[in-house]
Amino acid sequence: MAQTSPTEPWIGATPADSTAPTDRMDRTSPSNPSDPQPIPELVQLLTPDGLRVPHASYDARVAHLTPERLRALYRDMVLTRRFDTESTALQRQGELALFAPCLGQEAAQVGSAHALAPQDFVFPSYREHGVLHTRGIDPLDVLSLFRGIDYGGWDPREHNTHLYTLVIGSHTLHATGYAMGVQRDGLVGTGDPTRDTAVVAYFGDGATAQGDTNEALVFAAVNNAPLVLFCQNNQWAISEPTTNQARVPIADRGKGFGVPSVRVDGNDVLACYAVTAEALERAHSGGGPTLVEAYTYRMGAHTTSDDPTRYRTREEEESWRRRDPIDRLRTYLESIGELPEEFVAQLEVDADALGARLRDGVRAMGKPAPSSMFDDVYATPHAGVAADRAWFTEYDAALAAPVAGPDEGSTR
Amino acid sequence: MSTMTALRTAHPTTTVPAPSGAPARAAAPGRGTQRLTLAKAINLGLGAALGADPRVLLMGEDIGRLGGVFRVTDGLQAEFGTDRVVDTPLAESGIVGTAIGLAMRGYRPVCEIQFDGFVFPAFDQITTQLAKMHYRSRGKLTLPVVIRIPYGGGIGAVEHHSESPEVLFGHTAGLRVVSPATPADAFTMIQEAIASPDPVIFFEPKGRYWDKGDVDLDVPYGATIGGLDSAHVVRPGRDATVVAYGPTVATALKAADVAAGEGRSLEVIDLRSISPLDTDTVAASVRRTGRCIVVHEAPVQYGTGAEVAARITESCFYHLQAPVLRVGGFAIPYPVARLEHEYLPSVDRLLDAVDRAIAF
Repeated sequence: MAQTSPTEPWIGATPADSTAPTDRMDRTSPSNPSDPQPIPELVQLLTPDGLRVPHASYDARVAHLTPERLRALYRDMVLTRRFDTESTALQRQGELALFAPCLGQEAAQVGSAHALAPQDFVFPSYREHGVLHTRGIDPLDVLSLFRGIDYGGWDPREHNTHLYTLVIGSHTLHATGYAMGVQRDGLVGTGDPTRDTAVVAYFGDGATAQGDTNEALVFAAVNNAPLVLFCQNNQWAISEPTTNQARVPIADRGKGFGVPSVRVDGNDVLACYAVTAEALERAHSGGGPTLVEAYTYRMGAHTTSDDPTRYRTREEEESWRRRDPIDRLRTYLESIGELPEEFVAQLEVDADALGARLRDGVRAMGKPAPSSMFDDVYATPHAGVAADRAWFTEYDAALAAPVAGPDEGSTR
Repeated sequence: MSTMTALRTAHPTTTVPAPSGAPARAAAPGRGTQRLTLAKAINLGLGAALGADPRVLLMGEDIGRLGGVFRVTDGLQAEFGTDRVVDTPLAESGIVGTAIGLAMRGYRPVCEIQFDGFVFPAFDQITTQLAKMHYRSRGKLTLPVVIRIPYGGGIGAVEHHSESPEVLFGHTAGLRVVSPATPADAFTMIQEAIASPDPVIFFEPKGRYWDKGDVDLDVPYGATIGGLDSAHVVRPGRDATVVAYGPTVATALKAADVAAGEGRSLEVIDLRSISPLDTDTVAASVRRTGRCIVVHEAPVQYGTGAEVAARITESCFYHLQAPVLRVGGFAIPYPVARLEHEYLPSVDRLLDAVDRAIAF
């Protein structure tokens, strides 16, 4: 029923895209004369072939990026991918209960995260491993979640990065509220780049259908909140294509809320950096929220429990593989002679070291103490939790004792 | 087992004035003790919190210029400004969701849900996010958010305006769920709730908004008055314990008056808190009286009364002279207004249960 539309005119490659994917990506072209709505421009600074193409608005946003900084982007994308492949392998080996890969989305995540100021606050969804890596969060604190040790081991305040949120779209409202708090703290439009603070919420195309995401757009707009709503349109919400979520490009959905929007090639790390920098500047200076649609592709499964072969074709995946975000930046760096062999070799060593650390670290994670499940339910004592903890402690001790059994008169 | 007796009172019963059941407190210098409505007591409590802590802010629909549909926030936006008394978009999930973000930034938001039946768009944010954030962050984050919900019936309202959904929140770990029954408690409990580092769902008995009682206005902000968690014995008695909270405390006290005229002595407990549940206070009372009747407006099935009955049975089985009985809403949607006085637990239905407990 959701697929009655004869065409999805807004899903298309851009004129600048020299390797337009086939299959559903190609059902219509943006130049289709019957297309009733112009497709928003897909901002691109690096083509899939690694060619740097000029852009009147966004060139200035990346002009200051030195070769060293470009290599840092490259390095972070490579390490993010290594995290992804190692974690997927660890799940297959039974060391993780589940893993949600971000394969293919490294440019959208690393590029946008590199544009952040340290004081900016991030609300990730659950696939933002590249963002977390860039924010300096220990990857083992992410894998402890997928191993079932905790719900994310990092301190949100230490890294200005919230825990993963698994309920789709819920955190977009938290981000909006946090941004409203930043406004009340007087940290918008001070002109001081070390103080002006913005908030970024990462979410996917599926989340754009959620009421909470739409309410976040409403609250952010009417409050002029310093917020960047960064949507990674990775084409698939588990098995449902983006056409099941909207009849217009996601970037166009901002208009109805009065939120400036931009559509960017999500596999182009420079373009993702540039549009995020622009959105952050708007937020920092008091210009209010921005909706970013980073047009990318989830190269892997939704999670390790998913089987994408049931709903999409090898051809489609292959067409996106030719737009790989890491290949693109590598080709560009090589073309300008800024990817020395020593750097590549060292990066390989570092990636191997990361892999080893992840393998060893995950396997070394112990089971939490059973009684710890009663910790931190409330910040102040609660009689109900206290009673359950007392009962369990006694029961657990009785089980551990050689002779005594559980209390026969127990009602538990 | 039912031995339905003749009606001892005339309908409607929910307009019975609420006696001031809170323990008397000596008036300190200042504004002193005043006779106020429950709505005004909450208004003054909110104002005290706003005045004491610049991080407190109120959020809700129509709470600013209008002062709330029940005028509970009347005058507060004029006094504290539009940044601290915020007229929000008409979206409950958005109100609670943004309150969570504000709390993460260090604020203490107090959300007003306009009517009980309108809380459900925010139910996801409350149960999956607000209730769990302290736990999932292993104590690193606290969310001092208060959600005020006018609840209960007896006001002749249309659909979705008279419900009692408190157990849905009491069932959710991570939330504190409280309900004041008197103006004095309303004034202090709203301030204790705001000062609490835990999320608090604050159920206001809207049918009692205009009942008056003495309120000591000199209690300082955040002071713990008998504990937000504790039940209070508001009328001592010998023959049976009646457990009530929110709107039914006045009903229970009225029933105790009637019963006293018939030579029966009822002990009335105001639970004040649904989560946590002060089992000790109730159990101590039942050990004295041997009988327990729980009364609330919410449906009896899976209600607070079921929880009290289970706990009392577990903790003082051999003191019981009769099964714990429950008086409350039926297993039906809240009925049309013209039938709500037959639906709501009345003095007569409560006394009928007392008769059954004593005759058992």
